[in-house]
Amino acid sequence: MTAVLVFLGRNTLGFFRYVGGIYDLSAKAAYWTFVAPFKGRDLKWGNAIHQMVVAGVDSIPIVALISLFIGIVLGLQGAYQLAKFGATYFVTALVGVSMTRELGPLITAVIIAGRSGSAFAAELGTMKVSEELDALEAMGLDSVRYLVVPKYLAMLVMMPCLTLISDFAGILGGAAFEVAELGKTFAMCLSATQDALVMHDITTGLIKSLVFGLIIAEVGCYEGFSVRGGAEGVGKATTSSVVVSIFLIILADVIFTAIFYFTS
Amino acid sequence: MENDYQGPMIRVSDLVTYYGDRRILNHVNLDFPAGETMVILGGSGTGKSTLLRHIMRLEFPTSGRIFIKGQDICPMSEDRFNQIRRKIGMLFQSAALFNSMTIEDNVALPLRELTQLEESTIRIMTRIKLDLVGLNGFENYMPSQLSGGMKKRAGLARALAMDPEILLFDEPSAGLDPITAAGIDSLILKLKLAFRMTIVVVTHELASAFMIADHITVMDHGEVIATGTPEEVRNSQHPRVLQFLNRIPEGDQVDAQEYLRSLTEN
Repeated sequence: MTAVLVFLGRNTLGFFRYVGGIYDLSAKAAYWTFVAPFKGRDLKWGNAIHQMVVAGVDSIPIVALISLFIGIVLGLQGAYQLAKFGATYFVTALVGVSMTRELGPLITAVIIAGRSGSAFAAELGTMKVSEELDALEAMGLDSVRYLVVPKYLAMLVMMPCLTLISDFAGILGGAAFEVAELGKTFAMCLSATQDALVMHDITTGLIKSLVFGLIIAEVGCYEGFSVRGGAEGVGKATTSSVVVSIFLIILADVIFTAIFYFTS
Repeated sequence: MENDYQGPMIRVSDLVTYYGDRRILNHVNLDFPAGETMVILGGSGTGKSTLLRHIMRLEFPTSGRIFIKGQDICPMSEDRFNQIRRKIGMLFQSAALFNSMTIEDNVALPLRELTQLEESTIRIMTRIKLDLVGLNGFENYMPSQLSGGMKKRAGLARALAMDPEILLFDEPSAGLDPITAAGIDSLILKLKLAFRMTIVVVTHELASAFMIADHITVMDHGEVIATGTPEEVRNSQHPRVLQFLNRIPEGDQVDAQEYLRSLTEN
């Protein structure tokens, strides 16, 4: 019995410490992004653009390819069900709406969490292990400002862009299936998508993608900073950054989807 | 910093630090005279590196105070301490060069970020510092392309970039062969003679300690057990100091009863 209580207590404490740590890091990052520039301490745009290229531009091919496949799969599954009602006309709408509202942002976030979130954790973790973070601090340079803020900016700028690419690739994939199998033309798919989609579908997806981007940057950087021990610690942090950020992404997805559902 | 300050450059006063339940530093009192070299000697895990990290405020004590030029640094705001930090250079045990930057960018980083100097001036100053540590011509190398000793030299050049008044060395000869380590020692001597900096060296190398030190402090289990000139420390009668200086290994556990009990206890 006591063992159970000890277990619960320790994990609860650990959870709150984690939340506290993430909050602390976000507060500092927000300060250096939004407050410090007005006090004459500029953002490090050079670093941010470098991160945008590494985390964003370099991810375009993989995001586009996976989204294309997801679009085809959505088309296939949709047609399987809708064919029973002779309503294959609505496959296009199904693909378009589910890509923009849900799967575009989600798939992008999962890919970026695996690709860039883990890289953030590994980079900062290695710097911590090799005393580079201490060296920065010893010079009086703020590690959040130099290392975390550029990653935040990169995520905030690139996640919506990647999500749009994902939306587009998914719709294209669905259309490709419909043209090949359901005897439609691209023009038909295009106009059906235009009929089905409203601006709200796309904006809610983009709002989600911003939240997901923040989660990826926050968790990746926090895990990197909290590395203990040597190479093994870096490995653990990298793994848990992916697991935790995917969990939080899906949790945030539930919450935001519910909000959008009940408010629209 | 006030310029007419006369007392010790660094004063550590009754410093106590715990990591969890483990006591790392136990009532450490030490004065570091200005312009002189203090070597802190001690085995692994005796708290000497931790003491150095406290002086750089990379860690905070449980209790006690640290004064740099007479100013208590522990309660200071981050911005104010950063002003003091500019006058302190630190060479880390692993040199801690930024692996994503060239040697030149590493050395130039504090100048670029903390001063308003022209880029051309910064380049010249960087070259001078690299020249000082004997790394002329390695400006465009990445840290991964350098040997351990060269990394240490580059780390030292970076520590010197802001012309510090205080220079801290964490195990400068760790992981280096005897010849390279001797090279680092003579570099420290050269800096000491040329710039009259206050130098603090943490090491367990006896030969290098007696070569470079004006003052030696021996630490054991988080306590200062001897401090004074090299001669005074050499003549110390403290059993742990004698053991350390004469390189006598830790005694084996002889109490058989105690040993058996330690095995069966859980």
